[in-house]
Amino acid sequence: MAKVTGRGIAAVNYPTGMNLGGDPTIALIHASTSGVFNISISSVELGQGLKTVLAQIGAEALGVPLETVVLHNDDADTGPYCTGTFASRTTHRAGNAIIAAAEEARGVMLEEAAELLAVEPGELATDGQGNIVVRSTKQSITVAEVCSSAHFVHGRNISGRGIFFRAKSPVDPDTGAMDPDSTEAHACTVAEVEVETETGQVRVLRLTSAYEVGRALNPRLVHGQIVGGAWMGVSHTLYETTAPYYPLIDHAPESFSEYLMPGPAESPVIEAEVLGIPSSNGPYGQKGVGEMTANSPIPAIVNAIYDAIGVRFYELPVTPEKVLRALEERRQSATLEPATAGR
Amino acid sequence: MNEGNVRVPAGDGPVGASVEQRDSRWHVSGHTIYVDDVILPGMAHMVLARSPFPHARIRRIDLTDAQKVPGFVRALTAADVPKNIYTILGLIGFGLDEERALADERVRYVGEPIVAIIADTRVAASEAAKLVRIDYEELPAVFDVEEALAPGAPAVTEWGINAFNFDGRPFRQVRFGDADAAMKGADHVVEGRYQMSPIEHAPVETTGCVVRPEPDGRFTVWSNTQALNMSLDLTAHILQIPTRRLHFIGGTVGGGFGGKVDGMVEPLATLGAWLTGRPVKYVYSRDEEMIVSSTRNGVRIYMTDGVTNDGLIVARKVRSYIDCGAYSRHTPYAVQKHAANLAGPYFIPNAAFDIYCVYTNRQPSSAMRGFGVTEASFAMEVQMDRIAELTGLDPWTVRFRNAYHDGDLRPHRKPVEDATLIEAMQAAARLVGHRLAPELLAMSSKPREV
Repeated sequence: MAKVTGRGIAAVNYPTGMNLGGDPTIALIHASTSGVFNISISSVELGQGLKTVLAQIGAEALGVPLETVVLHNDDADTGPYCTGTFASRTTHRAGNAIIAAAEEARGVMLEEAAELLAVEPGELATDGQGNIVVRSTKQSITVAEVCSSAHFVHGRNISGRGIFFRAKSPVDPDTGAMDPDSTEAHACTVAEVEVETETGQVRVLRLTSAYEVGRALNPRLVHGQIVGGAWMGVSHTLYETTAPYYPLIDHAPESFSEYLMPGPAESPVIEAEVLGIPSSNGPYGQKGVGEMTANSPIPAIVNAIYDAIGVRFYELPVTPEKVLRALEERRQSATLEPATAGR
Repeated sequence: MNEGNVRVPAGDGPVGASVEQRDSRWHVSGHTIYVDDVILPGMAHMVLARSPFPHARIRRIDLTDAQKVPGFVRALTAADVPKNIYTILGLIGFGLDEERALADERVRYVGEPIVAIIADTRVAASEAAKLVRIDYEELPAVFDVEEALAPGAPAVTEWGINAFNFDGRPFRQVRFGDADAAMKGADHVVEGRYQMSPIEHAPVETTGCVVRPEPDGRFTVWSNTQALNMSLDLTAHILQIPTRRLHFIGGTVGGGFGGKVDGMVEPLATLGAWLTGRPVKYVYSRDEEMIVSSTRNGVRIYMTDGVTNDGLIVARKVRSYIDCGAYSRHTPYAVQKHAANLAGPYFIPNAAFDIYCVYTNRQPSSAMRGFGVTEASFAMEVQMDRIAELTGLDPWTVRFRNAYHDGDLRPHRKPVEDATLIEAMQAAARLVGHRLAPELLAMSSKPREV
């Protein structure tokens, strides 16, 4: 019985967005009489924090406090069109649409403030605390006062419309030439594993990654995606399958008691550093991080297993049965033909 | 959007701050309202009678026993569905109609829906679904992607070949440079066969919806779809009703991972609400989520690289078989992603890729986190280590040498922009205390010097 350790690396890229047809996402923003900004959109939150990060983008672009921004994404009657939450596209598309809508709404807000303060709109700044300030004199007025007066004194509509659109990219049938995505994120993961040669059990000890995903608009949410994806990568590599005898359909698991996934005891230490290099077209330089986070852990773990025991696996998941069979096969071939053992 | 016109955040504002997720406290304390929490007066429940066979002809459906179950309200069969045959990517003009909301003459996978039972309670609906008597004639089934493409294989599709048609070919092709010539001139050839297994999305919240008929002739649909508008459009299409009659509510979903974009529940539940005049709930049980809902594609990749003694990949040829199961759903989209990502973050000057979307009698597979790319990354990154071993280079060096730079052309002829692989690898090496050679540390993803 022996526990052997190994280290493996993998590097990946991942596209933000992918389209077969035109890909629009639209946002509408309107202010209330008291300076609350309502963003209406149809983009679905999957637990990743979309509503939170979209509100952050809206507040930043409007120049108002985050707590005065309300995001409505629950109703396809009142929320304008979104293609959907997939393809690591939604923060990128909806974020850009919200910035565009915020620019328009902010413009009207500053017009109203300028009239009230008897200055030009270009002389005004927002302080992000709910005030609009004349840059030179520091004279100020609250966003709430401006919104009230826009409604009840001057009849101004503080609202904005924004769209992000990517036209369909046709694929050349002969060469495959196409322009399907907006930008590429990158990651490199180093996996450390321990292989128990008597049982065939593989334990992932540590996954250390560097992620380049544009500017992190909410570092905590980005970290959440990285940790969740790394866990999914461990699960995909070592445990999960709906078809244990793929391609045959026998013995398909029907519940969580039969469908193996790692629990807390099997979860590795997961560490990641996020490099904040802005992209050229995401909102505030963002890139999509949603899907890619399982991708580098998978081959990094497979490469680490090779480093540990000298067996390269080409089929997932790498179950204890496969590890033991491979070790046994290698032992036998080493006994028979020592000269050709190993790869 | 003007590319290159990216705003810079103020720095002390909301963007860049680790703001707590707005609803996470409600998620973890059980207060968030999910679809299954929607309970309406007079609500009926839908449960499906499904195929036990991977491939069979349906001879006869007998509802006599099912109708006797106390609480039985009504059954829906294929004849009740206005536009029963569809394909979801047909919404954007892609693919042929191939899947039926309810099977009529043939079933192509275990779990394919045949009869939708509506009853007063979920228990009664389940009981009645079990008592639907269906006579089948079993047909030969095919499960393996390469067997499915072999001559004489059982026909899963209705057009003769078990492959999706891409512009007149049974595969999507990418051609860049001259892969054959470059392969011949290479110092080494590295071949690999990689097999990705299907996995389940396993969301905490299973797929489902609740539909209520409204007095103005509309239907309110509470759905956990990942794409409100796409599910709305598909429902209108299958029911052949104007979209104005559909009011979709959703937006907060208990896990998706790509598993909630197929539009499997909304059309049938809406039809049920329409035909019974009652609110109808249709929520997958955990075993339906496991054995009926789409999975990640099984993907088989044959990858051949021509490599120089310096570890540079000068040619790559790939033949990939993406197993979509019985229906293509979103798999053609995976094919496109696969086609555009088979060189990974590397510059490969000569490439030839053939990517098939193959039909088998397996549970359909469809969108799942990274599909088309996750599988490619697995194959490519194991391949990179083999190239390193063969050329006597370390795994870091071989990746740095092949890394793409801004301005390089990828095999699908898109110039690289926003390249940062080199920088990510430098950071990862630093994090684990791996000392990189000075020439690797000095590299950057900036355009190559001409």
